[in-house]
Amino acid sequence: MTKEEIQTKFVDIVNDVTGLPKEQVQPAKSLTEDLKIDSLSMVEIIYACEDEFEIAIPDDAAKSLTTVQDALDMIEGHLAQSD
Amino acid sequence: METIVITGLGVISPFGASVEDVWTAVRDGRSGIGLIDEPWAEDLPVQIAGRVHDDLSQWIDRVAQRRLDRGSQLALVAAQQAWRDAGLDQDRPDPQRVAVSVGTGIGGLQTLTDQEQILRKRGPARLSPFTVTALMSNAPAAQVGLQVGAQAAVHAPVSACASGAEAIALGVDQLRLGRADIVVAGGTEATISTFGIGAFASMGALSRRNSEPSAASRPWDRARDGFVMSEGAAILVLETLSSATARGARSYATIAGTGISADGHDMVHPDPAGLGQQQAMHKALVDADLASTDICHVNAHATSTTAGDSIEAQAIAAVLGDSDCVVTSTKSSTGHLLGAAGALETILTVQSLRHRLAPPTINLDDPEPVPINVASSATELPDGQLAALTNSFGFGGHNVCLAVTNQHAN
Repeated sequence: MTKEEIQTKFVDIVNDVTGLPKEQVQPAKSLTEDLKIDSLSMVEIIYACEDEFEIAIPDDAAKSLTTVQDALDMIEGHLAQSD
Repeated sequence: METIVITGLGVISPFGASVEDVWTAVRDGRSGIGLIDEPWAEDLPVQIAGRVHDDLSQWIDRVAQRRLDRGSQLALVAAQQAWRDAGLDQDRPDPQRVAVSVGTGIGGLQTLTDQEQILRKRGPARLSPFTVTALMSNAPAAQVGLQVGAQAAVHAPVSACASGAEAIALGVDQLRLGRADIVVAGGTEATISTFGIGAFASMGALSRRNSEPSAASRPWDRARDGFVMSEGAAILVLETLSSATARGARSYATIAGTGISADGHDMVHPDPAGLGQQQAMHKALVDADLASTDICHVNAHATSTTAGDSIEAQAIAAVLGDSDCVVTSTKSSTGHLLGAAGALETILTVQSLRHRLAPPTINLDDPEPVPINVASSATELPDGQLAALTNSFGFGGHNVCLAVTNQHAN
């Protein structure tokens, strides 16, 4: 899966869970500060990522995410492990 | 003591999301009950219910639909209507003077069963982070509080099928105690599911007249065999007369008195002597400073159960005596909205007073002899000052009676 594909899918997930417009979900944006995604929504986003990308994301990994880019890197890392 | 008036009405029921539509349907004696024509109902002994057919996405966005139990969604729809109907979207009252009192009989049953499925299939780590806030019984009240910006208080009385009426009674108390000027009050319920219908059916509480859905809810008819479960929400804006007058609000009616009692008899069966029910009605009359002869109409609790309807008829007769008061059970049309029933029936009582017309109790083909005057067709109410009672009783022995008058109606 390419970086672009990962980003497109992740943006779709964030839009689906939170209702945030897709164009706002940019890599440099902070998940909590800029996008105001609360902790419960973050749990739903992680669930959706696990299903969409067929990966297992540990609880503490999700807590260490700051930006959208962090999330994309984490997903890419998990996908690389499962290859 | 402050006079409490009703300045806003909102409803979503099997007859749609409009007070006018539910009033017209009930007045005309239509039934909101139908066959549950879905695979999940195939194994149930009861396959009839009064469902809300409206697409809730008209009012509730996609994210909220996923995070809120259906009961909360219905409450939000009704509350939004009532708030606008009262003109409060324009008048924007002080949030510190606005309270909410919205009850539910069961709570977020659909959320509970949906998440139970996830628990079984995928384990506890996959339970939705919104499970708790969706299923808790104060969720509808809290969601309505967020929607209208209430900061005085948010209450969520739970007393089974008396919840909606108790929420109104509690709202009246808050206003009289000066704790708020405006209370958004009512009830909601959404339990039409395999679990909800199955559980009530196992008690023998539900009608099994699957072959004739519209004839299944038949209070005081000899062939009645249980109630029909419906879903929906009904919300009223209660307000002190001084607040309503100050902002020039329209007033539909006055809640003149409230009466609450407990049977202290049994979890399910009403006291056969109906003493608790009589106490609730008596207390409402005293609180409203009304004589039994002042009451021209009773919107009864009567759900179409064999024992319950008879006991209530006796209790009404014991309190009101030999009067020509017109008694009706609008559940014959709407079915039983459980925790929303008391609020819906308060709205219908208000409409009856405004239109001076008691709606019919439908399906009364072979009436049981009762010592009250049951309206089998729409019956005109007299001119002048009118006062009515509406009863709500719930499993656990909860009895609530509200006295409504057309004083201060404009």
